[in-house]
Amino acid sequence: MYPVSELIRNLADQHGRNRHNLLPILQGVVEQEKYLSEYSMIEIARELDLPASEVYGTATFYSFLEYKKMGKYIIRVCKTITCSMKGKNQVVKAIEDMLKISVGETTPDGNFSLLQTNCLGLCHKAPAMLINFDVYTDLTPEKVREILTNYINKKGKGE
Amino acid sequence: MSSNYQLKRVDFIFKDEKDWKEILKNNINRPPQELINELISSELKGRGGAGFPTGLKWKLTAEVDDMTKYVICNADEGEPGTFKDREILSKVPFKVLTSMAVCGHVIGSKEGYIYLRGEYFFLQPELNKAICEFEQYCQEINFDFRIRIFMGSGAYICGEETALFESMEGKRGEPRNKPPFPSNFGYMGKPTVINNVETLAHTYTIFEFGAKRFYDLGVQYSRGSKLFSVSGDTPKPGIYELELGMSLEDFVDEFGDGDTKAVQVGGASGFLVPRKRFGETTIGFQGKLTGISLPTGGSMMLFNSSRSMYNVLDNYLEFFREESCGQCTPCRVGCQQLLNGIKAVKRGEKNALYLDKLLRLTETMQYTAKCGLGQSVANSFSSIVENFREEMIY
Repeated sequence: MYPVSELIRNLADQHGRNRHNLLPILQGVVEQEKYLSEYSMIEIARELDLPASEVYGTATFYSFLEYKKMGKYIIRVCKTITCSMKGKNQVVKAIEDMLKISVGETTPDGNFSLLQTNCLGLCHKAPAMLINFDVYTDLTPEKVREILTNYINKKGKGE
Repeated sequence: MSSNYQLKRVDFIFKDEKDWKEILKNNINRPPQELINELISSELKGRGGAGFPTGLKWKLTAEVDDMTKYVICNADEGEPGTFKDREILSKVPFKVLTSMAVCGHVIGSKEGYIYLRGEYFFLQPELNKAICEFEQYCQEINFDFRIRIFMGSGAYICGEETALFESMEGKRGEPRNKPPFPSNFGYMGKPTVINNVETLAHTYTIFEFGAKRFYDLGVQYSRGSKLFSVSGDTPKPGIYELELGMSLEDFVDEFGDGDTKAVQVGGASGFLVPRKRFGETTIGFQGKLTGISLPTGGSMMLFNSSRSMYNVLDNYLEFFREESCGQCTPCRVGCQQLLNGIKAVKRGEKNALYLDKLLRLTETMQYTAKCGLGQSVANSFSSIVENFREEMIY
């Protein structure tokens, strides 16, 4: 883990400082920080010599580039038609009950954020979700509780 | 039209790729014109949904005189109900890489990119491994071509080719005006071939077995086979390679659960076909003499009679409202108003005639929206509202 400003400098060294390097840099910051703070966007703008508004405009266009503080694990449940038909609502309900948050919220300990997302391309194994970039399919309320329990235990062991 | 055409399973795409080195070596030693002619004679059309002839695309880009050109593989598979490209990239990545390199040889490009959607981040490690092995072999045979992955970050619209270029250039994924077309002015303003993942897998088949084997499959105007992503109310969801030109009735006989009420062909931007039209609908590109022929990027979603078509449309419109890039007014405001409109009709705040106003709005969007997203909202909207009007109201 680097401080954000150092991380941004490293990413710019790695990818380059041109406009077409912006997306990989934004993604690199989100990978570590889980979101883009106002500070990181201004720092990126400075590093790439771009107007901060351009960085903000680009970042906020993409649904995987969060600009509000997010938990360590971001849960994205697919809400598009097939997942929706195959019991997405029950899955979301199970997560909400277990973590005691609603869609769009983050647990107070900063571990989990719950979001809904558009088609994940896993319709034949619906309902599906991502936790960060790990894929979980054919979900049921029982299965999702088991998955989350594993994540919570992983946390307990200090991983 | 009752069809005497049976569903024919084909096994080209996922056939092993063990000969990729040989195919690469042989084809980069063939004259570009010969390869272009082979692709043109196969009549392969783009498999992303739009169906532009692939050979012509390569030819147009090859003809432009420029030192720098790009080959881009469009793996921003975002259409609801399609998931075939993910399978191709995880099972037969070398077919895609080989085709990209051969394309580079044809058009005179040394750089290729795979634009991979953010949702498929998990494919990246394996794909990078394949690229490393591939580039190593290119070096061995002294062929100068490199391939990089460019990750997307969750935006359906970036599957539109010019929005994809914008995104790769570090901007908001907003489609450009066309013309100029990518063959002249693509990524970084340079001539660019951009092909769907599946299209590139098919070109590999053509290089391996020749254009004729491909051309012999399918029907007039719709040659070859195609991967179908089958989901929804079906006992066997999954990915199937079938010959083009099948009737929807045969498809439903094979994949339906016995109670199929409607099939969405081509994802949320495609058409909903009700049961009474299964017999007269074929799957392929336009040009069939009788009945209706519907193109698809491969998305086939089945709905049985327990499903409310209102909920289906509501879901699509929410999708479009969120994924509209917001750049042009017809699409940005149109998607919002369509969703508000059907909700108002459902709640009884507007009477049924309001649906006709909404239909006129989709017509306006079809003519005035800047890109395929806004233009195609009319497809699912009108096919659902016209066929299941009572479900929208009560």
